[in-house]
Amino acid sequence: MRPFAYATPPDAREAVLAVAERPDAAFLAGGTNLVDHLRLGVATPGLLVDVTALTSAEIEDLPDGGLRLGAAVRNSDLAADPRVRGRYPVLAEALLAGASGQLRNMATTGGNPLQRTRCVYFQDVTTPCNKREPGSGCAAIGGATRNHAILGTSGRCIATHPSDMAVALAALDAQVHVLGPDGERTVPFTDLHTLPGDTPERDTVLGHGELITAIDVPAAPIAARSRYRKVRDRASYAFALVSVAACLDVAGGRIRDARLAFGGVAHKPWRAHRAEEALRGAPATDESYRAAAGVELADARPQEGFDGGNAFKIPLLTGTLVSTLRALAGEETRA
Amino acid sequence: MTATLEPRAIGRGLARRDGGAKVRGVAIYADETPVPDPLFCRIVQATVARGRVSDVDTAGATALDGVVGVMTSTEAERLASTDDAELAVLQGTEVGFRGQIVAAVLAETDEVAREAADLVRVTYAEEQADARLSADRGDLYTPESVNPTYPPDTHEGDVAAAMAEAPVTVEQTYTTPMHHNNPMEPHATTALWEDGHLTLWDSTQGVHPVRQTVTQIFGLEPEQVRVVCPYVGGGFGSKGNPHANVIMAAMAARAVPGRPVRLALTRQQMFSLAGYRTPTIQRMQLAAERDGTLRGIAIDVVEQTSRIKEFAEQTGVPTRNMYAAPNRRTTHRLAALDVPVPSWMRAPGECPGMFGPEVAMDELAAELGLDPVELRIRNEPEVDPETGKPFSSRNLVACLREGAARFGWAGRDHRPGMRLEDGWWVGTGVAASVYPTMRMPKSTATVTYDGGRYVARIGAADLGTGTWTVLPQIAADALDVPVEDVDVLIGDTDHPEASVAGGSSGTTTWGSALVEAVREFRDKYGEDPHDGDAASGSVNPNAAEEDYVMSAFGAQFAEVRVHADTGEVRVPRLYGVFAAGRIVNPRLARSQFLGGMTMGLGMALHEQSLLDPRTGHVVNHDLAEYHVPANADVDDLQAHWVDEDDPYVNAMGSKGIGEIGIVGTAAAVANAAWHATGVRVRDLPVTLDRVLPAR
Amino acid sequence: METELTLRVDGATHHLRVDTRTSLLDALRQRLGATSPKKGCDHGQCGACTVLVGGRRILGCLALAVAYDGAEVTTAAGLAPGPDEDHPVHRAFVDHDAFQCGYCTPGQVCSAVGVLDELERGWPSAATADVAGGPDLGDPEALDREIAERMSGNLCRCGAYKGIRAALAEVAEGVRR
Repeated sequence: MRPFAYATPPDAREAVLAVAERPDAAFLAGGTNLVDHLRLGVATPGLLVDVTALTSAEIEDLPDGGLRLGAAVRNSDLAADPRVRGRYPVLAEALLAGASGQLRNMATTGGNPLQRTRCVYFQDVTTPCNKREPGSGCAAIGGATRNHAILGTSGRCIATHPSDMAVALAALDAQVHVLGPDGERTVPFTDLHTLPGDTPERDTVLGHGELITAIDVPAAPIAARSRYRKVRDRASYAFALVSVAACLDVAGGRIRDARLAFGGVAHKPWRAHRAEEALRGAPATDESYRAAAGVELADARPQEGFDGGNAFKIPLLTGTLVSTLRALAGEETRA
Repeated sequence: MTATLEPRAIGRGLARRDGGAKVRGVAIYADETPVPDPLFCRIVQATVARGRVSDVDTAGATALDGVVGVMTSTEAERLASTDDAELAVLQGTEVGFRGQIVAAVLAETDEVAREAADLVRVTYAEEQADARLSADRGDLYTPESVNPTYPPDTHEGDVAAAMAEAPVTVEQTYTTPMHHNNPMEPHATTALWEDGHLTLWDSTQGVHPVRQTVTQIFGLEPEQVRVVCPYVGGGFGSKGNPHANVIMAAMAARAVPGRPVRLALTRQQMFSLAGYRTPTIQRMQLAAERDGTLRGIAIDVVEQTSRIKEFAEQTGVPTRNMYAAPNRRTTHRLAALDVPVPSWMRAPGECPGMFGPEVAMDELAAELGLDPVELRIRNEPEVDPETGKPFSSRNLVACLREGAARFGWAGRDHRPGMRLEDGWWVGTGVAASVYPTMRMPKSTATVTYDGGRYVARIGAADLGTGTWTVLPQIAADALDVPVEDVDVLIGDTDHPEASVAGGSSGTTTWGSALVEAVREFRDKYGEDPHDGDAASGSVNPNAAEEDYVMSAFGAQFAEVRVHADTGEVRVPRLYGVFAAGRIVNPRLARSQFLGGMTMGLGMALHEQSLLDPRTGHVVNHDLAEYHVPANADVDDLQAHWVDEDDPYVNAMGSKGIGEIGIVGTAAAVANAAWHATGVRVRDLPVTLDRVLPAR
Repeated sequence: METELTLRVDGATHHLRVDTRTSLLDALRQRLGATSPKKGCDHGQCGACTVLVGGRRILGCLALAVAYDGAEVTTAAGLAPGPDEDHPVHRAFVDHDAFQCGYCTPGQVCSAVGVLDELERGWPSAATADVAGGPDLGDPEALDREIAERMSGNLCRCGAYKGIRAALAEVAEGVRR
């Protein structure tokens, strides 16, 4: 671990400037991913700028019935908030499906979506990785790929994004407030993360020195009936093999609307617009759900691997989507 | 036959004597031994699997403030013995596996040591490495013996003929993956070399075995080396033998006389330096009559070892004693690869070696349309099938029957894929467990009378096994005094020599030494000793071993649920029933059985070290990617035992219980997964992708 | 680079100078000689380093000490009301043999105390059937599932999970009464 300076500027603007002016500076929030990366040698900043006290730790009501989540709100507080639990069960469930109680007490709203891939080769500095060291190659391709992506991969990177919370936020059309050296801007959550393409070293559209200050979740009546379903090897405390964030509006056995996002399958939380489109107006049946999964996964490219690869993610995601939507539709029948 | 002690303290479920210290966290483990002003040692590991170190550039590291030294094969001291290639640390430039120690840094703080280790630049002349295990390799060889000293192959009758003639046969290949012990406490040593004496506060399953190895390697006398270890944060075999980190810590300490040195492996480093269980490939053959009577049984095992040091897991050995059959064969073949050195992991041999056979038995039962419990009962041998000797006690059938009753096995529909409940396929499965009752040849205890109390001393280990609590129970009954009046001190080579805590032999071996010491003490001083009276005694060979085969047995029953849409595999019920002689402390014994079964559950569902054949290293080398069971993986888990009176095993009437709990668990779960879904998983672990085709 | 900070650990105040790279865990273990928080993985993957900061459970290994200047840290050793007194969780762990080797145990104990507090506040978990409604503590089976899920961030290789759950359920029961 390389030595670094530690700074606590008086406000967010100062923090942004402090990071912006040093190419080797980084923001420190909950630290659950960054501190790990310092120790692994994956991150080697010369300056850490602690922003935990500089952004809001409050959850505020928005005029439209949505919520503004301060970047410093801890994941555990966000998941426990009655408004979040009532209006956006999918978000509370996604948060609670992630990590452990201890980690959720540390991790923040702004930091969670910016956590980096858990690809074992990315985390191991003795193996090549285009994300960690551009141009060095991708050790994951042809390696252990069970946990890797099937959608939106490139020849340079097949990593997945590990956050659960981010999958829910993608489904909820959240907006990200960003403060940068040139001022503020708002980024749709679904545009925050990038696909690897030729620049897998980039995870998001944020520039150096840009800081997430808050995330808005707009009012979404459809989210009242929503679910986050995470499938993993252990019963708890494991990253997703696949996950589904789903909001479903069903009436009279027919789907009026749906919001879907998938985790564990791509370099970003995968908003499934094509599957949503396929579902609109369709009968609320397993066949419809399966067909929607098929549409979204038409371009899926499984990876071979010495561990058996990840072709199983196609039937797994299909089954997970069917199961999740069936359960949500069942809630309508019961109501 | 030994006179069995009258149980007074034995059989009581006393709470752990070290419990209060452990729940507060004030029990001291190796890395936190309070020493003044310690230096921190960090190792540098090879990043190639085969080749030579051509250069080590230490300039960046030595330039750092706080770095005391960088050790490489050029500067490191020459060891007195380099016979054991795993322990010949920094003695040459050859790289035998990826992860081998190629340099080490000593610094004033841990942070600086870590930074300096990152700055050491090692260049290699890399050679083509070979890390791919398969059964069709041309270079498989037969080891001289398998762990510890069993013959590699056994043959009786003609299995091929039995397979050709029998009306029903099963012929399948089963595999178990590479597994890592992963005790929660990383392997760690605090070392001090001062005035020609070496003190090692080491996390180990045996202080005396560590001393013996260290004296040999450094050419020291036993009086020059003290090894201390009051508490061990788990080991499960990986701390049964000292690994390279212990030698490295001692070398580092010898380089800085008078300064204590701490060396703790990181979790990642443990995946290449602390031993592991080899992957196994098990070719099974069963030949049976229509009533299930076995005519032939064979297991042909292929597994790996390291090119630089042989360890041959005795995977085929349990098949030699389990079931009666006139035609029998067991073989072991090894591939010597450019991989880390395999070693002991909980129930070496029995644990992987009861997977293939016990799933094959389930397949045979299915083939015959027979209850798998009944199939096992029908093949219960009257005497040990291999030696013809009687068992000192064998209650497998009692365990099967007791387990079946507790589990509600009666009336089971043996057809697979028949029960769908709330979107989950439900099934049940059974498998047998076995573990030999071992006694180590050497262990001595002393008993001293001191101020109205009896104080026994023996260099034994408590790795969570309960030694601190159980040995006083044995000593108290041998002395015929209340257990509250007895102290037993362990974990220090200043105490009399004790054997390793391995092979589930601790209580048998150390308890027998204590009983002998008490006998000597009473012979000398009678019932009314004076302060300072002391006597010692040692474990004797058990003459009954000439005439009897001694093993514990058990039966495990699992209920498995497989999600119909996702294939997620859960185990809502897992019951084990064991016959393991007299249970010395029921509260602690239950924890041992449940702990073994929990690790078996991990083996069944999650655990596999993914060794990348391109690089020769385990890529999932941490606890986020190597999945040991978490709390939520365990549901209705129960351990029970049947009363067993065995007058031949030892004075306590006890058999080892530390390992049998993991034996058979994975087979019971895999069999239940088949019963749930109809999908037969023959390759562990039983992950959702392997049962997904069920739909 | 070094920095000065103050930590209150189990009621005692410590002023120390640490490397900015020093984790809260290493500050406690290597600088202050606290043995209660353990290092099992140093990567936030095992829970052995769990301590309470301001009453909430966190992982000491992923916390930079410098970012915790002024923090009130409680370890399993500091939970006891006095040197000869036990915290109810301590007692329940011994009674239920909720550990073997003892290495993960102080972290389990701290986590358990955190869980009791989270249950009392009505925080939901992934095991909660209705996240909006919160955990159902009246049903022993539901409580067992809640405890299992909430304690899953503390790995125990000895496999003492059953005992841990029984211990925690007993204390939770006492708290409710």
